[in-house]
Formats: sequence, C-alpha cells, structure tokens
Amino acid sequence: MSAITGNKAVGVETIGMSMRFGAFTALGDVSIKVPAGSFHALLGENGAGKSTLVKCMMGFYHPTAGDILIEGREVAIASPRDASALGLGMVYQHFTLVPSLTGAENLVISREKVPGVIDWRKERGELAKFMDRMPFKLPLDVKVAELAAGEKQKLEIIKQLYLGRSFLVLDEPTSVLTPGEAQEVLGLVRAMTRAGALTVLMISHKFHEVTAFADDVSVLRKGRLTGTGRVVDLDRKAMAAMMIGDQPIAVLDSRAEPRPDAEIVLEVKALKAPDRTGLKSIRIEDLGVRAGEIVGIAGISGNGQKELLEVLAGQRPRDAGEIMVRGAAYAATRAEARALNVRLIPEEPLKNACAPKMTVAENISFRTFDIDGNGKPVSWISAGAIRAFSARLVEQFKVKTASLASPIASLSGGNVQRAVLARELTGKVDLLIVSNPCFGLDFSAVAEIRARIMQARNAGAAVLLMSEDLDELLELSDRIFVMSDGALVYETPIAQASVQTIGEHMAGHH
Amino acid sequence: MDATGIGLWGVPLAILGGAIRVSTPFIFVSLGEAITERSGRINLGLEGTLVFGAMTAYAVAVMTNSPWLGLLAAAAAGLCFGLFHGWICKFPKVNDIAIGIALMLFGSGLAFFFGKPFIKPKAPNLPAIPFGAWSDIPQVQAALDVNVLFLIGAVLSLVLWWAFRNTRAGLIVRVVGDSSDAARAMGLNPNTVRLIATGVGGALAGIGGAYLSLYYPGSWTERISSGQGLMAVALVIFAHWNPLGCFAAALLFGGAGALGPALQSVGVTQGYYLFYAAPYILTLIIMIATSSPTRSLAGAPGELSITR
Repeated sequence: MSAITGNKAVGVETIGMSMRFGAFTALGDVSIKVPAGSFHALLGENGAGKSTLVKCMMGFYHPTAGDILIEGREVAIASPRDASALGLGMVYQHFTLVPSLTGAENLVISREKVPGVIDWRKERGELAKFMDRMPFKLPLDVKVAELAAGEKQKLEIIKQLYLGRSFLVLDEPTSVLTPGEAQEVLGLVRAMTRAGALTVLMISHKFHEVTAFADDVSVLRKGRLTGTGRVVDLDRKAMAAMMIGDQPIAVLDSRAEPRPDAEIVLEVKALKAPDRTGLKSIRIEDLGVRAGEIVGIAGISGNGQKELLEVLAGQRPRDAGEIMVRGAAYAATRAEARALNVRLIPEEPLKNACAPKMTVAENISFRTFDIDGNGKPVSWISAGAIRAFSARLVEQFKVKTASLASPIASLSGGNVQRAVLARELTGKVDLLIVSNPCFGLDFSAVAEIRARIMQARNAGAAVLLMSEDLDELLELSDRIFVMSDGALVYETPIAQASVQTIGEHMAGHH
Repeated sequence: MDATGIGLWGVPLAILGGAIRVSTPFIFVSLGEAITERSGRINLGLEGTLVFGAMTAYAVAVMTNSPWLGLLAAAAAGLCFGLFHGWICKFPKVNDIAIGIALMLFGSGLAFFFGKPFIKPKAPNLPAIPFGAWSDIPQVQAALDVNVLFLIGAVLSLVLWWAFRNTRAGLIVRVVGDSSDAARAMGLNPNTVRLIATGVGGALAGIGGAYLSLYYPGSWTERISSGQGLMAVALVIFAHWNPLGCFAAALLFGGAGALGPALQSVGVTQGYYLFYAAPYILTLIIMIATSSPTRSLAGAPGELSITR
C-alpha cells in the first residue's frame, strides 16, 4: 500500500504560467507560491482562470509558457499521472467517487496497483489501520450513494491522502456542505496543514472561508493575477476589489416594509408527494407565502426541495394535499398560471426553463407567443411581434446576445438566466417561485439577479425562494424555512435567523 | 407405481426438466448482457448474436463433426459481434440501442444467409449428464438429463457474482458503468472497458446460441431463437444486474417456456398453445411490475442510456 500519513507536505510554485487557447488568453503570466504546510486560497470569478491554473498544475493542460517548481526544483508535469507521482492531488467540486461502490471499494480501486483478485480481509485490516491515523471517522462499508454530502467530501479528501498525496487542490470544497460540515472539513484540513502533513490550495469564492482558514490568498481576474498576500493583511473589501475590478455592481433595493396582514398568495396544505427514488415522500404540512414577502427554503440538496418545486411547477404528481394560489386550487396548468400570474424560475435555467436549440427571441416569448395584446388566443403566430417583444426585453434586462436569432444555448450562463428573468418577470407577477437562481453565475450577474427578485417582492409579488446558498437566503428572505428529509423542520423570521441554528436543522440534528 | 403413467406429477416434473433445458440460453445471454450493462452499455444485438451463434455452431459441428469446435466457433463469432458493437459505440453521438437493433437484424439476416445449406444435415449434439439414472421412471430420467452447459452457466453466474466484488476487473467494470467521470479520473478509458465488456457479452450470447442448435431444440432452423435474446435483456433488468438474479430469473423464464410442452405431454390437448406464450406474457408482466413513472430503478448502472 502506497498510502502513508507520515506524508510530508511539499511546497509548490508556478512561475509565469500562461495558457492560450487560440487568440484567447485564459491565463497570462501567473506566478504564485504555495509554501509547504500552508493553506493557500485562490479567489476569482467564474472564468477568471482559476481552474485553468490548477489544471495546468495537475497536468490536464499543457501550459503555453511557464514552469512549475516543487520544493524549489523544476519539474515536468505532462499528465495527471505525473502529477500524482509527485504527490499532487485534486478534490473536484463534483464528486468523483463511484456511487454504487462502497467507500472501501472506492479507495482500493483508485490505487495505482490493484491485485487481480482482491483479498478483502487483508485490505480491510490495512484500511482500518489507515483510518486510525485519520482525523475523520467514516463508515467504509456502505455504498457511497448512501453517504451524506459532507461524508462524501471527507471521503474524497481521505482518498487523496490514502493515495499518498501531500499537496491537495480543493475546488470549491464546501459548495455542497452545510455550514457546520464546511467548518468541520476545513478545520480538519487546516489542522493537517498546521501539522506539516499537507499543503492545500483551495479554490473558493466565499470570503468568510478564506478569512477563517487560509494563510495566504491569490486573486485572479480575467486570467491575470490581480493581487496576492497574507490573509491577515487584507479585508473583504480589498479582496472583492481585486476580484471584480471597478465594474458597477447592481445594488439591492431597500426592503419595503412587509405587511403582516397582506394576502396569502401561495398556500400549501398537507402536501404529500413521492420523491425521486419513490421510496420516500415529501410532506409539507403548512406553507404560506404572503404578497410582498420572500420566503426562503434552506436545505442541503436532495432533501426534497427539487421535488417540492416540481410539484409546484406541475411536473410531479402529488399523492395528497392541496395547493392554493389566491384561494383557488392550483394544478399548474398553463391557463391557471396565466390567470393567477404565477411565474417560475427553476434551477439550471438552460436545462429546465429553455428549449436550448430554439432562438433567444422564441425562448423569451414562451409565455406570450400564443396570445394577442388583449390576452385572446391567436391562430397565427406573428414572428414580427415575437421579435419586437423580445428585442424590448433583451434591451431592458441587458441580455448580451449576438442576435435575437441565436440559439439560447450559445449564451453564457448569466445571460441565459437574464433572458429567463426577462420572460418571467415581465407583466404582472403575483407569485414567483425561484430555485437556486444564482448557481454558477459571476459576481455582477448574481447581484443583478438578486436585485430583480427584490424588486419583484417590493412590487407586491409573493416570492418562494429555494436555495442551497445560505448567504443568498439571509440576504433576500423575510422568513426562512429549513427543509430536511422531505419536510419543513424549522421556521424563523429573518431578524432572529442564526446561521448556526439553521445549519444544525439542515444537518437534521434536531 | 406405473413407470409410464405418473399422472399429474408429470407436469411439475416436466416444468423442472424444461426449466433446466430451456433456461440455458437465457442464462448465457443474460449473464453476457449483465456484464455489458454493468459497464454502462446496452447491447440489444444479442438476439442477432444468439441466432448467428446457433448457425455458426451448427455449421462448424456439421463440418468438423465436433460439437465443441462448434461451441468455440459460436463464442468467437459472438465475440466479433460484441466487439463490433463496442467499437461503433465509442464514436460520439452514436446511440447504443439503435446500433443494437441494427446488429440484431444484421446478425439474424447473416445467419439465415449462411445457414441455408445447413438446415438438412444432422450435427452431433453436446453431451448431457444423466443425473436421473438412479430412477427407472423415464420422465424423471428425461427431466434430470442435464446438459454440461447448464452446469457451466450455473458456475459462471456464481463466479461473476463473486468477481464483481472481489476482482480488479469486476470493480473496474462497475466503476466504468456507474460513472465515466470517476473512471477517467482514475486513468481508465471507459471506451476500452466497454469494448471488452461488450465483446465478452457477445461471446457468452454466442455460446447460448450454440446450445440452441446443438442441444435443445438441437437443430438449425430460422425460427430457432424466437426472441429469447431480447427477453434475456428484459431479464437482466428484472434481475437488477445481479448475476445470481440472472440465473434465477432464467430458470423462471425457462419454467414458463416449458409450461406449454409440459401440458401437452400429459395429454392436455386444448388451449396449451396459450401456454406457449407464457414467457412473453411473463416478460410483459415483469416489465410493467418493475416500471414506475416516479422512481428510478434501484441498482441500475448510472451510465446506462436508459437510466441516465
């Protein structure tokens, strides 16, 4: 077994790293130094070149120019295999564990040399000895699919240590964890760097994690290194300025005073519906959303939020219970949605709210193409009217597109979301159902999209916001529910919301 | 007891014997398909492979007078079909199900073309072991006349069940079938693994075909398979991709297939035709019972195009 945790951390340095794809410079002359045993954070927006940099380091890309030094000596890394041999490992944002294999099977099969016939008695003995030296305790005999997200992330890190890696790149390691789990995982990794067993380079966009755990930080913008330094010397504002430069950021409208006597627009009572596996069900006892408020639903993904959204959107049949919109039973037909002004912004908008190969204009007109100005159905679709309507919305919502006739799939993520917002937020909106609206979008798009949602709320819409990003919920919501194991387990008004309590409920500890 | 008239006891006995006799091709095809599907591909072409294997085995056995050479030739032909499927499917935007249907028709058509001259001659059969020799009741003897391939299939399903957990090759097939990304991160090439898995699956289906033409029914005709290759694919899903489950399900299907002949043998003269349809009805019932609009299949390999 190659794994030992008597590993000694190694220091890694890049010098003048550049990567060009044709005429596009993804990475220009980036030099960063990560000394042995340090915890280094790499900050930057989407597309700033963070993953390009680490992919060059890990041998996935061959940099156009630049060198890598390990412990001060120049090395050639031509493939991921070379990187592993030098002790460099990476934990990806998306899990690379095989769901149907157990933890032990995952660890053993990922080894460089696996015997033809595996002697499980011997392997189990060695794994137990290895796990004794680990700071995490994990069940290795259950299928990975049955582990919680936090446990999976720990197993990913353990796998790298088991393989004998002493320099780890963590790619947004906490994006799927509860605040408590994130604290625990990063704290343990931090302790290992302190002990000199590991060097860590963490890609992140969460400032509070960077300030809490990292020693040093490097910031990338548009492929350039825009700043680097000790974390203690920098405040959030300085880091944010390095990340986004001087581009304008949309500001959130001040929150209009909520009216406790406002009409309850959405009412869900005793709802029961099967979840994706069909083995469990989601149960919503009582959920009401008033006009002019944002109700946030927090929870780790896979706890029934997606199913709830699908039921509200009419994509999933329900076993029992009722959904009322403004007092009328709501089954999410097109006619009902139109009459009651219900609008929907699902997660992954390109996949769930667009027809990717149809044009921007057509996608923007999905709600209105078949009615005329007075809401009467039309028998002939007017291409001119669709073009004029969508041109106005593209202008108004600042959707960047080459032309109205481009397929919507050719737009960037932020612009797809802007186009969907344009479609959903135009006209009168009484109920807006939103799920993870900012996932994977850059700083300015995030700020703008949140501002639009707040505007809709202030204009009197009832907003139900499901998000895996707790910061987003705390910023936007008037009340927060926590969803865990298919049920709403906790409710708090925003004034009394505490991240810790919410996190504990998300983890199901109550 | 009268040795020739054991009355209604003949029905369960004939079903047992029939199950053993009829199930063997199901066992081989479904184990082959289980290997292929565990690696993340579906090969619907196994029906064609089965028919072509039957023809090849029969033809080679007629020409060489050795059923074992026929069996080997069928396995080799099946391997070629499997590798061909695996090779085409590695290209982007190729759909494995469409290719499978094409190969199913291609395999059958090719078998009919080459098989014409072999419809008349008689080939030597594969040997059977008379486990029923202790009894002097002919029905018992007939039921317990077990072909060696059935025994090999039983052992093979045990070996595969063990190998999926305890060997490097088994784990690699499961990794590739469940997550291409994870496989690539480990430095495995999913296409190569699937190519081999589809090849082995094809070879096993070829062996299943050899059993059809060299033991039961024991001659080469164009209607030899009657969809058994396709039913074996359904059976793999029913068995949740577990080799032991495949074996049990194959026995069940075999028993259903033996229902018609069993009833006929005890003198039921009316309506037994209906029971000939039993395996097909069973397939339908199983597919309906195991399907659900709201729930994904438990145990399905994650990379399979029907579950992805």
